[in-house]
Amino acid sequence: MIQCKTSKAIGGMGHSLKRKEDARFIQGKGNYVDDVKLPGMLYMDIVRSPYAYAKIKKINIEEALKVPGVVAVVTGRDLEKYNLHWMPTLMSDTQMVLPTDTVMYQSQEVAAVIATTKYAARDGREAVTVEYEPMKPVIDPFKSLDPAAPVLRSDKEGKKDNHIWNWKVGDKEKTDALFETADVVVKEQMHIPRIHVASIETCGCVADYDKVNNHLTMYMTTQAPHAIRTVIALVAGHVGLTEEKVRVIAPDIGGGFGGKVPVYPGYVIAIAVSFLVGKPVKWIEDRSENLQADSFARDYHITAEMAGTKDGKILGTRFKILADHGYTDASANPSKFPTGMFSIATGSYDYGTTYMECDAVYTNKPPGGVAYRCSFRVTEAVHAIERITDRFAFEVGKDPADLRMQNFIKKEDFPWKSPTGWIYDSGDYHAGLQKAMDALNYNDLRREQAEKRAKGELMGIGISTFTEIVGAGPSKDFDILGIKMFDSAEIRVHPTGKAIARFGTKSQGQGHETTYAQIIAEELGIPAENIAIEEGDTDTAPYGLGTYASRSTPTAGAAAAIAARKLRDKARKIAAYLLEVSEDDLEWEPGKFFVKGAPEKAKTIQEIVFAAYTNHPQGMEAGFEATHYYDPPNLTFPSGAYICVVDIDRETCEIKVRRFVAIDDCGNIINPMIVQGQVHGGLTQGIAPAMYEELIYDESGNILNGTFMDYLVPTAVESPSWETGHTVTPSPHHPIGAKGVGESPTVGAPPAIANAIVDALTPFGITHLDIPITPYKIFKALKEKGAFENA
Amino acid sequence: MNKTINITVNGTKHTLEVEPRLLLVHMIREVLNMTGTHIGCDTSSCGACTILLDGKSIKSCTVLAVQADGKSITTIEGLAPEGGPLHPLQEGFKENHGLHCGFCTPGMIMRCVELLEHNNNPTEEEIRWGISGNLCRCTGYNNIVKAVQWAGAKMRGEETPSTEPEFV
Repeated sequence: MIQCKTSKAIGGMGHSLKRKEDARFIQGKGNYVDDVKLPGMLYMDIVRSPYAYAKIKKINIEEALKVPGVVAVVTGRDLEKYNLHWMPTLMSDTQMVLPTDTVMYQSQEVAAVIATTKYAARDGREAVTVEYEPMKPVIDPFKSLDPAAPVLRSDKEGKKDNHIWNWKVGDKEKTDALFETADVVVKEQMHIPRIHVASIETCGCVADYDKVNNHLTMYMTTQAPHAIRTVIALVAGHVGLTEEKVRVIAPDIGGGFGGKVPVYPGYVIAIAVSFLVGKPVKWIEDRSENLQADSFARDYHITAEMAGTKDGKILGTRFKILADHGYTDASANPSKFPTGMFSIATGSYDYGTTYMECDAVYTNKPPGGVAYRCSFRVTEAVHAIERITDRFAFEVGKDPADLRMQNFIKKEDFPWKSPTGWIYDSGDYHAGLQKAMDALNYNDLRREQAEKRAKGELMGIGISTFTEIVGAGPSKDFDILGIKMFDSAEIRVHPTGKAIARFGTKSQGQGHETTYAQIIAEELGIPAENIAIEEGDTDTAPYGLGTYASRSTPTAGAAAAIAARKLRDKARKIAAYLLEVSEDDLEWEPGKFFVKGAPEKAKTIQEIVFAAYTNHPQGMEAGFEATHYYDPPNLTFPSGAYICVVDIDRETCEIKVRRFVAIDDCGNIINPMIVQGQVHGGLTQGIAPAMYEELIYDESGNILNGTFMDYLVPTAVESPSWETGHTVTPSPHHPIGAKGVGESPTVGAPPAIANAIVDALTPFGITHLDIPITPYKIFKALKEKGAFENA
Repeated sequence: MNKTINITVNGTKHTLEVEPRLLLVHMIREVLNMTGTHIGCDTSSCGACTILLDGKSIKSCTVLAVQADGKSITTIEGLAPEGGPLHPLQEGFKENHGLHCGFCTPGMIMRCVELLEHNNNPTEEEIRWGISGNLCRCTGYNNIVKAVQWAGAKMRGEETPSTEPEFV
């Protein structure tokens, strides 16, 4: 059980406090962007391309302008006048806001209709007709580099192909040499297909430009409000929207998961229109638009290889990736990392040789990919290493748990430098896997499996032991569009001992209003319920890079602890003054300073804070406030051991997840209930791509499942009853030893499930299946191996 | 070509002039300015818009306002009396961490109101099937099941289960 240093009444680290934010949500009093209503507000709807690749011959807007309520129709030519028809992406590529001559993916924005009511905007949208000249699109990324393929980005001067960039890391010579001579080499081709974050709230905004004061207020579903404000100023500063004239407000957000980090064309068009007409403009996308046009996630084709000895020692890995980015690289990675943190793909194992290389290409698909609850491509990396490790175990005839235990980095070897240069801060992989195995009686399960196999029944056990890499990141290496990835906390305590704290991050459900208060409560002894937490308004919150990539606790959480410690130092001085002793004579316990040896001579934090306003020592600055901008010295490395048990029906190939145990290590835990909730949610977003979700395009670039009718987001029926637990290896470099946890489960779960299913099928010689693994895929694979011959 | 409809919303009678094509969810959100009921999809799949229509949980995105003429609806705002105690489900969701971002929550709770009225002691499987028309992307559903079981116990007048998280 977690030992708490503070009482429940104070509610510091380790307490499962109920959430403060729940009060408004359970009563329908949340304030999401679509709830924002301003006087004179106009509504915007977007006309979209039915073609994946086409020239625009003519956009006919006259009929739309006749629709009652329609105020304007905006096309690329209108935006071109202000040089707003193209915008930069976060990866320094360029993206169309509205096209002037060519559309590049199905559902691309083509024109925007502005009207006085929601329904009139939709009527107007239906009345716009566009004449296209369709062209043959490039859909298969493997074909995009054919010399005969059309050059999709002919808008880029001198561009002669569809190649975006090449990235490599590791030691190619040493790795190639190892693979030439190793006893055992295994190789699998893996596709991690496009999926969508599909948060229940779609994206949207209300752009409110005030002509009188030349001021823009942008209510927006954004995970990174300050970065957005700076981007708006960079893109539209030339028309007068300089940074002090822009206020971005991210109100309550209905799920982000990385999908609400990029700047989508809809936002920019809304700002442009509001700027031109001087009225608020609301844009809220439909679910279909959200699935079909917003940035997707994943879409990596990976050739994964592992080399080792006959008795199971891993010696090296090699990964070659083809990354399908759609028509522009609109990923949201730190700028120096085009493949995000993929280089964590060396995994949790102790070996020294790797080489990874990636080529990114353009295709006629929506741009991206977003970092969907994956800390920048860690889902792809962990899937590759955990799948190939299981493959290797099968090849050398070892139990996958034994093989992992044999190869894990040992607890005493941390901090550990990986072959791609990361310094893993701490971990105890052996303890984590052992705990998962004990929770399931692993050996009994293997015995059961052997018995079932003898009868021809399909039962599988899959393991995933992952190392995550989160908390981007140290200013030395991490920036987004040049802005360093520090984060911030500002704490102000009022005379009556209650506080308000503001942060540069932005929760979309992670519970910051509760957890940040707990961090501060731990340091200052002020009850968490007396600490109000605010995020999301760039006029008041200190600058930060937002919430994604599990970075809030590692960066802003650290800032909160350090700012609170600055306040505790000030409190000590005031207490010494009030008690007429020297600072060294004082001891701290949560909520009060007392004189060593005379504990009845004490001052509570509330008395101390009151004194900061009413009786502060002469010469000391009055008030009780501290700010800290935290530049993390390293990333943090949460880890986990997940074990999944599946039963597959021999005839229908239906897959039932019988049990799933997730042991997570996120360092010191702020709120166990919230951590568990994050794990549950991430696991469901992990089983989703493993078994149910995939965005499917045909060879003409039509999306085949662009609505919730056909894109299967798991319901409570598909989602198993998760079992969770933890080990705790604090991060040695983090002020409160915490690591972050939100993304570990989405990262760790898919390979555990894929490994379990493949494990069930190994008696038939099946060594790999791509996710999502459906009953039909299993049926096809079994049929190919002749498994239905004797029926 | 507007139609006049009479509809009782959370106990209050309203007479409204609406287009025949106005969706009930838009009537609630845009005409009555009650934004607790949310929109999460355009294919009746997500359930964020779930309310009670004459006591039955329905997806208000798939009902026209004119179809609710003469009827009574209850939205999340009407679940607990003004200034009064929360409904056991509302309390249960908070006590058991049954929500993260809160966007699916009003629809989920309204669905569960009917679920518990129909069967106030549902099994886990019954709850999961019962809420399979309501998507949640954040919670992973485990704690929603717990919240419903907790509320059921409270409504049956029994001792509620522990709300402390359980770990292996």
